[in-house]
Amino acid sequence: MWKWLHPYANPEVSYHFAGKLLPWLSALAALFLSIGIVWALAFAPADYQQGDSFRIFYIHVPAASLSMGIYFGMAVAAFTSLVWQFKLADASAAALAPVGATFTAIALITGAAWGKPMWGTWWIWDARLTSELILLFLYLGVIALHSAFEDKNLAGKAAGILTLVGVINLPIIKYSVEWWNTLHQGSTVSKLGKPSMSADMLWPFLFCFVGFILLVSVIVCIRFRSEILARNSIRPWVRTLVSKHIKEENNNAV
Amino acid sequence: MQFDSFSAFINMGGYGFYVWLSFGVATALLLILIFSSILGHKKVIKSIAQRKQREDKLRQVRKQRQQQDKQLKAKLSEEVTE
Repeated sequence: MWKWLHPYANPEVSYHFAGKLLPWLSALAALFLSIGIVWALAFAPADYQQGDSFRIFYIHVPAASLSMGIYFGMAVAAFTSLVWQFKLADASAAALAPVGATFTAIALITGAAWGKPMWGTWWIWDARLTSELILLFLYLGVIALHSAFEDKNLAGKAAGILTLVGVINLPIIKYSVEWWNTLHQGSTVSKLGKPSMSADMLWPFLFCFVGFILLVSVIVCIRFRSEILARNSIRPWVRTLVSKHIKEENNNAV
Repeated sequence: MQFDSFSAFINMGGYGFYVWLSFGVATALLLILIFSSILGHKKVIKSIAQRKQREDKLRQVRKQRQQQDKQLKAKLSEEVTE
């Protein structure tokens, strides 16, 4: 049943597969993001309470939910690598970490810029904001561990253990608005059943969300390919690929 | 279109600073991430190429030295037999 997956465990096959996906993903990401952002900024209606400050929602919520989604993906990769010693999982975990850290930073900064006009403060040490800040520190720790060891297998193991310990933070972020009293509002989009949002606000949000997911996959593909090359630098296929690249570059320079 | 004029669009109903701050920071961070990822890919390729060059050079030197050794030995053995 899973036999079709086996060739993708080969780094060379995965490298070329990711390379083939890249142009399609980039085009789709550009399409969805440009539609979504223009719709969100100029055409979506203003909120009846929050006015036009509500437009921050269209990047804040996708960034925040992706910061958690990417962490979950990284945790699955780390688990796969630790249990089955699957080398490509380490490469993908290392590729995911900087992307997740960036989205966490975006969620925190846009949240502060939204909190100032709505709550009257840039920052407050409440459950949702603090746990999201801890998520950022977890990402930074994972990135630091990945680059702290010369031996990439050892680095992957150390970073993987930190990643798995940090998973406990995910449900804390998710349910913090229900477990504790907080300034942060509850979720409007992912309510079970119907989202409590009008359709002309929901559609631009969906475009932005899908666009950001596509953008994440583009960046992860690029970084995944770099990680594969760095981890397989002595393999013959990497050597021939690299000398081909250098030759092409020299030809262009001349 | 929700706004009557361009200035109203920039003003965002009084929330212009916060809205544009959010979108600006998000765009800037994502652009930095994209370009650093592309740059990182080129850097990896370059460093592997450099290492390959170094190793090729070492291999060449080793070969040359082996040849010189052989020649020297041949010469010595010739001298001895003479």
